[in-house]
Amino acid sequence: MNRIVVAGASAAGLTACETLRREGFEGTLTLIGDELSLPYDRPPLSKQILSSQWEPERLMLRTEAQLAALDLDFRLGVRATGLDVAARTVRLDDGTAVSYDGLIVATGVRPRALAGSGAHFLRTVGDALELRKCLRPGTRLTIVGAGFLGAESAAVARGIGCEVVLLEPAPVPLAHAVGVEVGRFLSEIHRSAGVDLRTGVAVSEVVDEGVVLAGGELVASDEVLVAVGSVPNTEWLADSGLEIGDGLVGDAFCRAGPDIYAAGDVARWHNPVFGESMRIEHRTNAAEQGMAAARNLLGAGKPFAPVPYFWSDQYDLKIHAYGYLRGHEEVEIVDGALAERRFLAVYRRGSRVVGALAAGMPPKAIRPWRQAILAAS
Amino acid sequence: MRVEFDEPKCVAAGQCAMIAPAVFDQRDEDGVAIVLDATPPEEEHDAVREAAAVCPAAAIRLAGE
Ligand SMILES: Cc1cc2nc3c(=O)[nH]c(=O)nc-3n(C[C@H](O)[C@H](O)[C@H](O)COP(=O)(O)OP(=O)(O)OC[C@H]3O[C@@H](n4cnc5c(N)ncnc54)[C@H](O)[C@@H]3O)c2cc1C
Ligand code: SF4
Repeated sequence: MNRIVVAGASAAGLTACETLRREGFEGTLTLIGDELSLPYDRPPLSKQILSSQWEPERLMLRTEAQLAALDLDFRLGVRATGLDVAARTVRLDDGTAVSYDGLIVATGVRPRALAGSGAHFLRTVGDALELRKCLRPGTRLTIVGAGFLGAESAAVARGIGCEVVLLEPAPVPLAHAVGVEVGRFLSEIHRSAGVDLRTGVAVSEVVDEGVVLAGGELVASDEVLVAVGSVPNTEWLADSGLEIGDGLVGDAFCRAGPDIYAAGDVARWHNPVFGESMRIEHRTNAAEQGMAAARNLLGAGKPFAPVPYFWSDQYDLKIHAYGYLRGHEEVEIVDGALAERRFLAVYRRGSRVVGALAAGMPPKAIRPWRQAILAAS
Repeated sequence: MRVEFDEPKCVAAGQCAMIAPAVFDQRDEDGVAIVLDATPPEEEHDAVREAAAVCPAAAIRLAGE
């Protein structure tokens, strides 16, 4: 293996490059990223950046010296536009192509759009700076989608003093992800902070004056943020013959084709811990899968079997969760209480523990449950 | 190897303490990491590198590498 190409220069792609070098790969390592900025971190965008606690310099994942030490053939501001699996080449939007012996796909996801125009999204540092410029005390902000991204943004906007309307199509926000009880609990947190949360609301389009609901009603707004989920960046692989199905599909080793591995938000793989195919949009997974993909490309032959982990900050509440909560049938509060804003919830499918979520609890309290999730596999 | 820790960045994920428990722990009250040994012995270096690479906040930096 003389030449490895990594497509996507963010958490997963960068960690893959670092791992390849740490594991002794000395050949040419090409990193292709279509953003103009050096690799940066996204979770603070909806937290410290939006609230102006941090400036963008703090987002950099690595210093220039650390990047230089990786000895990369770094193609910044260049987009991969096509893949020829038989010829082992990646086509680029500058008209050139690069050939590879091994390829890691880490092109992430982008926000799902809604009909209409003029809405903000929140995925890149540019998006975050643009949105924060528009938020002032009294700004009427309507957020479409009360997932983690919409909820965190609502919390920050309330902190700034905006009037926030949060629209959610489901009857209970995040119910599919954290269960109905915890979803209701989070709804209460937002309502008591003064967010006008409206659930069971279908949105038809975004217009200059605000958001038009399915029934024709206008939610008048100065600014609109659309946070209704994301779409994997796989279009450039469309005619490659690789299997695409809500992400680039890989096996338990994250292998998606001959010497082709996938990592991070774009990657679907078979997680042996849960015996299921999944695609995880969490920051820790991006790094762990970037490492696993790199090692397996070099021949480690080890299934990628993580217990997914995520955190979220909303107001002064810190949430930490392990596992694959989506697969749960039943939720039990095993410590603390929802009413105390301090609890540990355990998620089960049948008798098996599949997840655990702590809110307002010392994060260490949840670690034994990670073990329980692993042990149950 | 010297371990430099940017505490305000830490999101208390605990990845470091799981991967290299001899070098990192978490504070009981808020889970923020504590560096137990800023100049870890040779046999810990691989685990520390792994922890630094996986830290979801890029809060662990290794000097003298
Ligand atoms: C605002 C926000 C807040 C978040 N908060 C949390 C949180 O609190 N906790 C948590 O666990 N997770 C959080 N996440 C999720 C986390 O940031 C992601 O899981 C992580 O960024 C995934 O990394 P990645 O490298 O797989 O993909 P990405 O970060 O999406 O990176 C992919 C890169 O590839 C580039 N690219 C795409 N297509 C091409 C192409 N054809 N050619 C070249 N380059 C291409 C993209 O521009 C991008 O730079 C948050 C995400 C956002 C946006
Ligand atoms: S892994 Fe990083 S973010 Fe998590 S506790 Fe350790 S230093 Fe903090």
